[in-house]
Amino acid sequence: MTTRTVHVVNVSARRRALNFWERIYLPEVLRGLWVTGRHFCVNMWRHTLRAIGIKSVPPGAVTYQYPDERRPAAERLRSLHRLTQRPDGTPRCVACMMCETVCPAFCIKIVAEEVSDPNIEKRPKSFDIDIGRCVFCGYCVEACPEDAIRMDTGITELGSYSRRSMVLDIDTLLSLKPAAQNQGKPVDFLQKRLVS
Amino acid sequence: MLTTVTISAAIATTVFIVMFVLTLAGILTWVERKQSAIMQDRIGANRARILGLRLWGLFHIIADAVKMFTKEDFIPNTKHRFLFSLAPVLSLFFALLTFAVIPFGHQITIAGYLIPLQVASVNVGILFIFAMMSVAVYGVVLAGWSSNNNYALLGGIRASAQMISYEITIGLTLVGIIMIFQTLSLMEIVKAQGRLLFGVLPAWGIFYQPVGFLLFMIAGIAENKRIPFDIPEGESEIIGFFLEYSSMKFGMFMFADFIETVLIASLLTTFFFGGWQVPYLADTGFVFPWGGRWDLNVWLVEGMRVISFIVKVCLFCWLLMLIRWTLPRFRFDQLMNLGWKVLLPLSLANTIVTAAIVLWLD
Ligand code: SF4
Ligand code: SF4
Repeated sequence: MTTRTVHVVNVSARRRALNFWERIYLPEVLRGLWVTGRHFCVNMWRHTLRAIGIKSVPPGAVTYQYPDERRPAAERLRSLHRLTQRPDGTPRCVACMMCETVCPAFCIKIVAEEVSDPNIEKRPKSFDIDIGRCVFCGYCVEACPEDAIRMDTGITELGSYSRRSMVLDIDTLLSLKPAAQNQGKPVDFLQKRLVS
Repeated sequence: MLTTVTISAAIATTVFIVMFVLTLAGILTWVERKQSAIMQDRIGANRARILGLRLWGLFHIIADAVKMFTKEDFIPNTKHRFLFSLAPVLSLFFALLTFAVIPFGHQITIAGYLIPLQVASVNVGILFIFAMMSVAVYGVVLAGWSSNNNYALLGGIRASAQMISYEITIGLTLVGIIMIFQTLSLMEIVKAQGRLLFGVLPAWGIFYQPVGFLLFMIAGIAENKRIPFDIPEGESEIIGFFLEYSSMKFGMFMFADFIETVLIASLLTTFFFGGWQVPYLADTGFVFPWGGRWDLNVWLVEGMRVISFIVKVCLFCWLLMLIRWTLPRFRFDQLMNLGWKVLLPLSLANTIVTAAIVLWLD
């Protein structure tokens, strides 16, 4: 039989004891009501002023009205992947399988083929990313020695009606542009996927 | 004695109060979402629109109703199908019935008949309210029992424990009011609050019974089963008595909650904030304590009184919503501690002190 040490954590030592006024709730309740009530009055006042056309007051809500109003994406946001191209238009990817290997979600499938150019040697014959399984960790981007894959399209709306259409092939990935060129517009490739 | 005038007056007052309560409760479903949104720096429901018109999301009331009515009405596999359907009706019915004794104005004279602006001018109004409040728990308990679901049953049991504990406080705090105004009729209580205290202050219940007001409000919110005391429901995690309800049956429970909010607001107004009284407004017009007077038409005075009642009720609804969206929920043992160890002794002490003062002044 082995002895086990039991660590007793003294909870009361870590928790500050309530003083009398906190124990009778009421002053604290009033304080809470004061905070929420103040928010209500200030926001109501701002909403009213803006409703009658005085737009110089700050808005009464901090929210974005999502489909109508899009929040600017952070520059480093990891959004939908794209494959970059060489100046001559061929994919930069050399099918080294680094990204496929590092991907924790096993969602990249690459089939390599040989090329005659001795400086490149290999290129992807097909390159599929299953967005339905991707966890957007960005490891594939980190792992790539060729800067061939990036996550800078700014596209975050990836809903679709079928699992099949969540798998993006090499042509789609090559056709995507960086976010700066999309100008925050919803990308029409999404619409196409919804229809097909 | 029944005549055409009295019968139509009874119908008119009933229609008025039912319309008032149902409209206000309907609007409260929208107010709840909008007010919470504004308190939390959000915008709230505003997407429903008709012909491009949004009206700050007011159409959500209609959208909600359509949703409730068209959803599948699921009845679980239970032996008590009748009770299962009866329970939400009971909740709604008793909540609405209580409004029968609440005066929303003084009286009007039509064709020589004096018509009090109250559905039923019974002279034991307070007892009627107690009775209705204690049968209201049946709807909840039956819902839990007939659902054939242990979680729902536990919710129902929690509800009955909570409502019984807090009814005692409600009863005891009103004893103070009864002693001061020496009547059980709500109309008489409101009339008595038209006097002046020390020559300037309107003699509203809150000035006689500040502690009673506080206790009544806390216990009222607990009766209402809304958030700081929503242990019977606890929709987000502990699951309540209406777990098995769907469609409009669930809608009725939800609506009963809002009607009870209006009810608590009306009772607070009636007992502690002068009911339909407007400060310094007598039957003939304003009579100011500093000497001025301003005579007004009888109908104008009566209209102002009804509006005064409505405004006070709306303000209390706002306050109750503010409380509901501010405070976190009590734990069950805290709830019982608060009810039995704090509110009950305090209301007893309040009763005794009031009794002593009333005796001393006599
Ligand atoms: S972001 Fe992560 S999960 Fe997605 S494809 Fe790249 S490595 Fe795989
Ligand atoms: S790591 Fe880069 S070069 Fe290698 S297979 Fe992936 S995308 Fe292609």
